Amino acid sequence: MQMREIYAECLGELMKQDRRLVLLDADLGKACGTLGLRERFPDRIFDCGIAEQNMASIAAGLASYGFTPWIESFTPFATRRICDQIAISICYAGQNVKIVGTDPGITAELNGGTHMSMEDIGVLRSIPGIVIFEPVDEIQLRAAMPVLQEYPCAIYMRLVRGEQLPVFGPDYRFDLFRADSLREGTDLSIFVSGIFTRDCLDVAGELAEEGISCEVINVHTIKPIDRQTVLESARKTGAVLTVENHNIVGGLHAAVLEALSQERIPVSAFGVQDRFGEVGRLGELRSAMHLTKEDIKKAARNAACRNKGA
Amino acid sequence: MNQNLKAIAREIRCDTIAEIAHLGVGHIGGCLSVIELLTVLYFDAMRIDPKHPDQAGRDRFICSKGHAGPAVYAALANRGFFDKSVLLTLNQCGTDLPSHCDSRRTPGIDMTTGSLGQGFSCAVGAALGSKLSGDGATIYTLIGDGESQEGQIWEAAMFAAAKRLDNLIAFTDFNGLQIDGPVAEINDIGPLGAKWEAFGWDVIEVPDGNEIELVRTAVKQAQAKHQNGKPKMVILHTKKGCGMKWAEELGAANHNTRVPAEIAEEAIRLLRQEG
Repeated sequence: MQMREIYAECLGELMKQDRRLVLLDADLGKACGTLGLRERFPDRIFDCGIAEQNMASIAAGLASYGFTPWIESFTPFATRRICDQIAISICYAGQNVKIVGTDPGITAELNGGTHMSMEDIGVLRSIPGIVIFEPVDEIQLRAAMPVLQEYPCAIYMRLVRGEQLPVFGPDYRFDLFRADSLREGTDLSIFVSGIFTRDCLDVAGELAEEGISCEVINVHTIKPIDRQTVLESARKTGAVLTVENHNIVGGLHAAVLEALSQERIPVSAFGVQDRFGEVGRLGELRSAMHLTKEDIKKAARNAACRNKGA
Repeated sequence: MNQNLKAIAREIRCDTIAEIAHLGVGHIGGCLSVIELLTVLYFDAMRIDPKHPDQAGRDRFICSKGHAGPAVYAALANRGFFDKSVLLTLNQCGTDLPSHCDSRRTPGIDMTTGSLGQGFSCAVGAALGSKLSGDGATIYTLIGDGESQEGQIWEAAMFAAAKRLDNLIAFTDFNGLQIDGPVAEINDIGPLGAKWEAFGWDVIEVPDGNEIELVRTAVKQAQAKHQNGKPKMVILHTKKGCGMKWAEELGAANHNTRVPAEIAEEAIRLLRQEG
């Protein structure tokens, strides 16, 4: 099932339970997967047209009236385009608005560089109070949706639209503010968010055969980062690799560096190397931008060897 | 009522001048141009209870030109939302009366504003919220003429008309001046009434927005069309710095300026003398 379908299904369920929930989009209801909800909830879904700034501030006005608005668009238009509205109308004003950006980073694929946000986490991360969350699979997304609705402050969810391979099992227990340890290891801590999570697990398995023991931790909430888990793991292994579908400037890598700023632990970065995106299929883009599973493996091996002094 | 409202407006104007002059600097021009509107709203038009500033179903006022905060605070204090002595804390570190309106700090402030254009969309959102909850409230909002250069204003204008938000009554403080000079020279917003009409709004022009009876009549006229399916725009032709000769003569320079104590005292003395 596509992530956007799961998102829409969960949102519909929450709308059924909670009349405070209203949904606003900016002519991307279809793309975000929520068009089907309009028939079920015609009085609580509003298409603002192609006017994202207005959408964000209208949502703040609705929140001031006691509603819980969710706004959605592609990641660049849900973040960098409406940065000031998120900062002032929503966060500074203390309004409880949920912001959903779809197609993060290279997953924008054929929409190309203009629609490819490599900076959305960086743009929002410096706004006080906002929570930044990026789900990796169906189980995590389903577990998170009611938590996001109940959390009383602004949250940005960075949501890949397509189907994702499973990372979590049926016993998964979600905590919005606690990173998930997926695999224990002793040589390297891999902190990963988003679409590369499954690959990191595979890489850890392959590197184990080479005698390199990787710990894999899914940092689903990049802000506030689970400092305790990051510190404990980094201190244990003594080497860190961050992996993200985002510019290595301003995103997960930066958040981990901040958490480890008082530690003498090397932190390597895997992600978009401070450049804009370009058009292409996901596989092509991963190759062109050196973001393949093999690239992750190479980066992890290097980071671990650096630690071992090899 | 007219005489009474006039007296109240004079008091709010004096308090606004004193409030800004206490620290000696502030947005005096755009505060003084909207005193009559604030008087009509808080003392005649709005269904509000100063003892319960967050009461559900109340009418709301969102001052999108957030820099008129000091004037709104003076109106709120006169209406009994908080003690007048609080006014003198304006813009001092730790105050509950910051330069621009902040709903997290000030009783009676319905929305945080200051980044121009955004408060207007928030008001549209509140009007939508009122419709959704069916509480029968009227949402009032004020934008500046310079603020009307923001694209977001027109995004919100389009949306409000499309959604038939007839519970929304907006005002433009058309004083003709912005920070760098005359609005007409910097980036002309005219013909303003025709623009709002073209966007599907009911438009009422008030030739002198500092004449309280004219403002009151226009508000009543807008209220009377409560269920006509259209949002309302009342264009108030005002004078920036109105009622303080020194500020009026400064022209565009009165937007955010130093206000010497002796000049403020003299202005207040003259205003009280007129009364």
